[in-house]
Amino acid sequence: MSRPLVVTRRMVDHPTDSHTLDRYQETGGYEMARRSLDMTRDEIVETVKSANLLGRGGAAFSAGLKWSFLAPDRPAYVVVNADESEPGTFKDRQLLERDPHQLIEGLIITSWANEANHAFIYIRGEYPKPARRVQQAVDEAYAAGYLGEGIFGTDFDLEVTVHLGGGAYICGEETAMINSLEGLRGEPRLKPPYFPAAKGLYMKPTIVNNVETICNVPHVLAMGAEDFKGIAHPEDTGTFLLSLSGHVNEPGNYELPHGLTWREIIYDVAGGIRDGNELKTWIPGGASAPWFVPSLHLDMPLTKQATADAGSMIGSGAVVVMDETTCVVRAALRLVRFFAHESCGECTPCREGAPWLEMMLTRIENGQGRPVDFDVILDVSDGISIGLEWPPKMTTICALGPSAVSPIISLRDHFGDEVVAHIEGGGCPFGRVEEEEVVA
Amino acid sequence: MGSEPITLTIRPAESGKKWSDESLERARRIMARYPEKRSAVMPLLYLAMAEDGRLTNGGMEQVAELVGITPAQVLAVASFYTMYKRERTGKYLISACTSISCMLTGGDDVFEAIELESGVPHGETDEEGLISVEHVECIGACGGAPAVQVNYELIEGVTPVKARELVRWLQQERPATINTDEMQRHFGGRRSFDWAVAEEASAVGPYPAFQPFGTVGGVGEGE
Ligand SMILES: Cc1cc2nc3c(=O)[nH]c(=O)nc-3n(C[C@H](O)[C@H](O)[C@H](O)COP(=O)(O)O)c2cc1C
Ligand code: SF4
Ligand code: FES
Repeated sequence: MSRPLVVTRRMVDHPTDSHTLDRYQETGGYEMARRSLDMTRDEIVETVKSANLLGRGGAAFSAGLKWSFLAPDRPAYVVVNADESEPGTFKDRQLLERDPHQLIEGLIITSWANEANHAFIYIRGEYPKPARRVQQAVDEAYAAGYLGEGIFGTDFDLEVTVHLGGGAYICGEETAMINSLEGLRGEPRLKPPYFPAAKGLYMKPTIVNNVETICNVPHVLAMGAEDFKGIAHPEDTGTFLLSLSGHVNEPGNYELPHGLTWREIIYDVAGGIRDGNELKTWIPGGASAPWFVPSLHLDMPLTKQATADAGSMIGSGAVVVMDETTCVVRAALRLVRFFAHESCGECTPCREGAPWLEMMLTRIENGQGRPVDFDVILDVSDGISIGLEWPPKMTTICALGPSAVSPIISLRDHFGDEVVAHIEGGGCPFGRVEEEEVVA
Repeated sequence: MGSEPITLTIRPAESGKKWSDESLERARRIMARYPEKRSAVMPLLYLAMAEDGRLTNGGMEQVAELVGITPAQVLAVASFYTMYKRERTGKYLISACTSISCMLTGGDDVFEAIELESGVPHGETDEEGLISVEHVECIGACGGAPAVQVNYELIEGVTPVKARELVRWLQQERPATINTDEMQRHFGGRRSFDWAVAEEASAVGPYPAFQPFGTVGGVGEGE
């Protein structure tokens, strides 16, 4: 099966040196950045908007539309979100390590289009190697005159600072990231303003985009809006990177057009389930997304709309596949533990609720669950996200709180009997070791 | 502002010593990369860890002085992030991922093997100050799960047996630097994706091996 490749084309064709400036330029690199500086900003924003390039950081919001919200106040800033920490997600790491110049070229165009003379690449602290690759590429770009003062011989100045995070998932939330960049605790800001494009870094207009989104920008301009849209599905244009992990034979990152069915993705692309086992369930879009099950979703196409209609999201593109040997209570517990651990503590429902969910799931997994426990869990979850619907109702400053409830929704909708089996059977039917006790 | 910032000493300063001229020069170059000095707090905190092997009160006071805020404000930032280790931390920080994809593929057993072989439980450091052990949330290597980092340098496709070998290697060989390719070769297996070329850079302590001042003032000043 031949698939159109956009952002991973160079690393597939040139597996050993796609990250070098020489290879990048030899394959047409920086041509679009150069040409974009002759285009007007409106022209670029319009093209990206009509190409319907969707943000790849989780919310799938149109990048061009976001750029069009940029407030007139100056200076403006651009921030690349390379905080990639959603469990199951490892696509940005590959783009950072293997094709850093592609990111820089996208960043140049994005900065030009948004009148920013200073851009930041915020990379999670646990990614020193990707950060080194990016810093090296930034240094090369400075030396070549592609960054710094008067880039490409024009009078446009662009400084780029590579910033390393400190190990807090919440800094992936764009307003938390901005606080973190200001040297504050990485706590999300109250909304409104809803978009940092109005008030962001130092309260100035700021565009925050995901690594993959920015990497697509040069290609959107090079292909033109119509061709970019033509790559795949009419609504979800372009390609997207899926990070496939868990119980599949061929885990890895795959650049795919939208619209494949889950059956194709899990059985063809990812090589099927390990040991010939049965597929039990999968997370379609990162730890924050409600799970899918084969009986309902296997022949559904992977598009933004179809996924939303089925009560979940494409999110960060992280697909975690679980086979029949998986204890879903334990899997849900691991995910809830993540959110409890990463809650920044600003909002009571999230700060208090997530650890309660963790404690009660631990009790159930360890065989000390009581018959009422799952109702209590649902009640606590309802306190975090009223109605337990999708998309979630918000009681909190950011979406982390409601995300903690997704694994609970998944248990309720698909695996209620397994929860009951844990409670009635006095422990995990899969006979796993005890989970660590949680002390609040 | 004019007047001296209020210095709130959180605990009695342990070191009192000031940074070397070289570190102060690095700090200056880091601050020059940001429109406002305070934005440099995070990279300066890593510099402070490199000075003392962990984040000391003295280090936080130095950072406070450099960016012109109080030590308490620096502590407020540092305590928010997990990678600024204020407790005694070993020369080698072993972080084993037990998040969802690693859990599904045996990450718990890998973590347990590391605990048992080193005798160091989660969140603690051995007596000698050689090894610290922690289990962590997803480190972005789920395609090569289970994954482990030593001083944030990655190894993918680790088994319990290899994990024990890794611990013994650290204890016996006591490598001066930690290199991701070397570890992957000896103790790793399947990776999320091909890393393409070997990398020279290595970590020297329990903080990320990254120098953010390559481009200060444009070309030529990088290291
Ligand atoms: C809790 C939380 C964590 C997030 N983590 C990330 C992340 O690691 N990377 C990312 O690109 N976006 C993340 N986002 C989304 C960002 O807030 C923001 O929407 C995104 O960076 C915008 O870029 P995009 O439009 O290009 O996707 C996160 C959001 C939330 C609520
Ligand atoms: S929802 Fe949770 S993580 Fe988000 S701001 Fe509130 S407490 Fe912090
Ligand atoms: S779950 Fe372990 S690296 Fe992602």
